[in-house]
Amino acid sequence: MKVLTANRLSDGIAVWYADGGWAETVGHAEIAHDKAAEDRLEAIGAAAYANNEVVDVNLIDVEVVDGLVEPVRLREKIRAAGPTIRTDLGKQASLEATQAA
Amino acid sequence: MYRYDEFDQDFVHARVAEFSDQVQRRLAGEITEDQFRPLRLMNGVYLQLHAYMLRIAVPYGTLNSRQLRMLGHIARKYDKGYGHFTTRQNIQFNWPALSDIPAILADLASVEMHAIQTSGNCIRNVTADHFAGAAADEVADPRPYAEILRQWSSVHPEFSFLPRKFKIAVTGAERDRAAIQTHDIGLHLKKNAAGELGFAVYVGGGQGRTPMVAKKIRDFLPEADLLSYCTAILRVYNLYGRRDNKYKARIKILVHETGVEEITRQIEAEWQELKDAELKLPEADIQAINAYFAPPALTARPEGDALVKQARLDSKSFSEWLDQNVVTHRHPDYAAVTISLKGIGEVPGDATDSQMEAVADIAEKYAFDELRVSHEQNLILPHVARADLKAVYDALVEIGLATANSNLISDIISCPGLDYCALATARSIPIAQEISQRFASLERQREIGELKLKISGCINACGHHHVGHIGILGVEKKGSELYQVTLGGSADENTSVGEIIGRGFSSEEITDAIEQIVDTYLGLRLSPDERFIDAYRRVGPAPFKEALYAGETKAA
Repeated sequence: MKVLTANRLSDGIAVWYADGGWAETVGHAEIAHDKAAEDRLEAIGAAAYANNEVVDVNLIDVEVVDGLVEPVRLREKIRAAGPTIRTDLGKQASLEATQAA
Repeated sequence: MYRYDEFDQDFVHARVAEFSDQVQRRLAGEITEDQFRPLRLMNGVYLQLHAYMLRIAVPYGTLNSRQLRMLGHIARKYDKGYGHFTTRQNIQFNWPALSDIPAILADLASVEMHAIQTSGNCIRNVTADHFAGAAADEVADPRPYAEILRQWSSVHPEFSFLPRKFKIAVTGAERDRAAIQTHDIGLHLKKNAAGELGFAVYVGGGQGRTPMVAKKIRDFLPEADLLSYCTAILRVYNLYGRRDNKYKARIKILVHETGVEEITRQIEAEWQELKDAELKLPEADIQAINAYFAPPALTARPEGDALVKQARLDSKSFSEWLDQNVVTHRHPDYAAVTISLKGIGEVPGDATDSQMEAVADIAEKYAFDELRVSHEQNLILPHVARADLKAVYDALVEIGLATANSNLISDIISCPGLDYCALATARSIPIAQEISQRFASLERQREIGELKLKISGCINACGHHHVGHIGILGVEKKGSELYQVTLGGSADENTSVGEIIGRGFSSEEITDAIEQIVDTYLGLRLSPDERFIDAYRRVGPAPFKEALYAGETKAA
């Protein structure tokens, strides 16, 4: 299982391909279950890179936990959440804010 | 301190305009990432895990209050309220938007700062002893020479596309606080028998995946020959340094593969062609640069002795801070102060916007407007009257920066690691925090004595683990973080590379392992005066291996 990730050109923020666009959280990223789907995501990534929307485009391994996409590798988990030592920053910060609200 | 002349200011403004245009064209899609990447790197802009990162140069670690205040302003306005001071005496911001970087660089230029040559295969920020100009044991201030090197190396056409990055450090004291033997070129400013200034020249030091201690290739180079000799070294490196393999491209590999004798011969031969030409430094030019670094007018403040004595009696915590974070100044009424950015459980090297502003205020009020960033990721007030030490301490307490742990086990160098860095293979900061918390007791830390603990989150060794008395290297193994321990490294005048002690430890085990190493040292040292590094050099790795792994061998 893989999803497509990159960093947005204008501000460098980590993004994941979901719903035909780039989402700021990984949870609902579009999952490729087979090689054909991976190729399709890769082509989307290459086009977005060429179109100067994103940089550092990669396919990463994921799993689905409680209905949400989660990266497998620690590096990608940290990208998806934010620094583990500053839970007030990164994606996890807005999650916390949402949960608190 | 150095002030930009018209040329410097024009040069920096021109660069801001040029790079701003490049950023605009990139955002407009007129240039590709492949075209833009080398341009952004030349201006200190990296792409990390979460966002872009901007590395700003602090030449030889010297700042004034206005500049530090501007860094605080940038942290607040464009970033997330903090910055990270680095082992090249620079500062990094972790979250700037690319679209804001032109404005940040314009703000920096307004206080004579920039981000030029903080990345790329060029000569990077020249570092120096953070007590330069203040240290009691100094022969002369090394910073004028660092400034001369900065001017010479800035967009040097011949040395802007080297095989790999190139780092130079300068110290002006026998006691090396600038880690010169871990640099591509290390310069030790000294006097010869005739009382003339010159340099002992070291080449080929470095860390990374192949750590090497630099070799001394000249015991005394007259100061006038500084640029011609460095040019000769760079030319030999530029010509023969490997470009086919990134991991073998640093000058340390060239020195190692060529041999010290042969590379010295090549450098000396090249130098013969250069030494009497236009690179010879005229005495008047050296004096002109020296004048910028004239020490502040340190008026006599003899009342300091009595005031410090009384304050010690009144406050144990002040007394401890004085013992640990305050060092002797060349002027008896003054002292140099280390402001620890290593509060217990804090992120090593991080400071908030308001801390930066408050420290700038303290420097302005009590320290002649002068500050330093140390390669150990602390801030320094180089000139404080002893009579003002208590006031400085009280002001630092108010902003949470009075931790009395300079040179102790919790004064940890740590790279950003996998929490921020795109190259990292493991986290460094949480390990530093846990060790710091484990050894939180100042009494215990002082009992342990001087202990340099350094952590890197990958083999690139930005956290200097190879030269830590205790070094920790985080790697990824089978999807988990694993921490390898090295012992016996040091980065002073007796530089050595630490030895791997045995199998690595998980993130859950590593702090226990460090504690076991420390307890082993406490059990075998000859006296409290025998530092960890001295004890390790005396007994070697065996007792530490035994303490860490004996149980496993028996069980096996």
